[in-house]
Amino acid sequence: MALSSKTKAVLWGPLNKNNPVIVQVLGICSALAVTSKLEPAIVMAIAVALVTAFANVIISLLRKSIPNRIRIIVQLVVVAALVTIVSEVLKAFAYDVNKQLSVFVGLIVTNCILMGRLEAFALGNGPWPSFLDGIGNGLGYGWVLVVVGFFRELLGSGTLLGYKVVPQALYDAGYENNGLMMLAPMAILLVACIIWVHRANNKELQEETN
Amino acid sequence: MDAISLIVRSIFVDNMIFAYFLGMCSFLAVSKNVKTALGLGVAVTFVLVLTLPINYMLENYVLKAGALQWLGKEYAEVDLSVFSLLIFIAVIASFVQLVEMVIERFSPSLYSSLGIFLPLIAVNCAILGGSLFMQQREFANVGMAAAYGFGSGIGWLLAIVGMAAIREKLEYSHVPKPLKGLGITFIITALMAIGFMSFSGINI
Repeated sequence: MALSSKTKAVLWGPLNKNNPVIVQVLGICSALAVTSKLEPAIVMAIAVALVTAFANVIISLLRKSIPNRIRIIVQLVVVAALVTIVSEVLKAFAYDVNKQLSVFVGLIVTNCILMGRLEAFALGNGPWPSFLDGIGNGLGYGWVLVVVGFFRELLGSGTLLGYKVVPQALYDAGYENNGLMMLAPMAILLVACIIWVHRANNKELQEETN
Repeated sequence: MDAISLIVRSIFVDNMIFAYFLGMCSFLAVSKNVKTALGLGVAVTFVLVLTLPINYMLENYVLKAGALQWLGKEYAEVDLSVFSLLIFIAVIASFVQLVEMVIERFSPSLYSSLGIFLPLIAVNCAILGGSLFMQQREFANVGMAAAYGFGSGIGWLLAIVGMAAIREKLEYSHVPKPLKGLGITFIITALMAIGFMSFSGINI
């Protein structure tokens, strides 16, 4: 299947220049709260990508028949139904992760990425580009989550996905896990560092004022 | 007495923004000056105080396992909690719409100053988060739920106004170019959150 250049832009743009988290500042809430370990971060990223893609498709199919005034409620209901399905599936197959994510699975409903994409893209485009747009934005959101989760778990508890990666010899030599990394504020600080690196490489994204 | 300590706890110890990072999107986007930040903070508090008791009643008399007992014996087994997310968000969205219409009708000046923020509140994570935390914590009565809503709203207001004040002062400081705007805002939020963590040891 050959992708045209426009579809490519739709799919890859959100990974870099149009990243939902570090450029458009959408969906920060959940990005910060679930990243103290790598595993919940990955699960959350997959869940958000799927919900965004399918909500985009549904709204794009319905876009001609939704009255303008009540579109927000319609969008919220579609998203809430999808999230309920995801949350039930997680409860059935990954109960421990579901416990760690607690209310944040439910909060996918109010994840601004979803509403942002539905408003900005799905209402004006066909189902297939909308699907790609959803996947692209989900992945763009996902890699930031995974990077933050990776560093927080590695430095905070010396493990990755629950396996020990920091050798015991290092602990014997006096190395200690950085407990501060497990605290929520460090997630914001890490995102700030990602933004810093990203904007240093993409000069056109830098802002003039504070 | 319980209600007061709950309010104080939810303002400082369980601050919506600094402890749970809820409502960050609008927190970052609308904290550029103190006046608009204050307006949004008041609106969020208002919606939280009103939707939490409503969702509490729904949770306890309609959704929870066995909550429909008052309808008769045959309903005692019904568990509708699967739908809680849908119901909560529907209540919040329709409530925001209602508030918007009421304000538009009775106070056009307030409406024009708040106008753009009102629809945004429907997707503010702090509001839905409040309802979901309420569901987890199983408060004793409606009053406690309202108190929790009030405390969380004030905590959110405090955070966004503080942030806006700092950002207004930031105009005069020299910030590295790639960090300007978004980056420095994140770092300030992180520092403020670390500051707020000093409250976490307090037992009220």
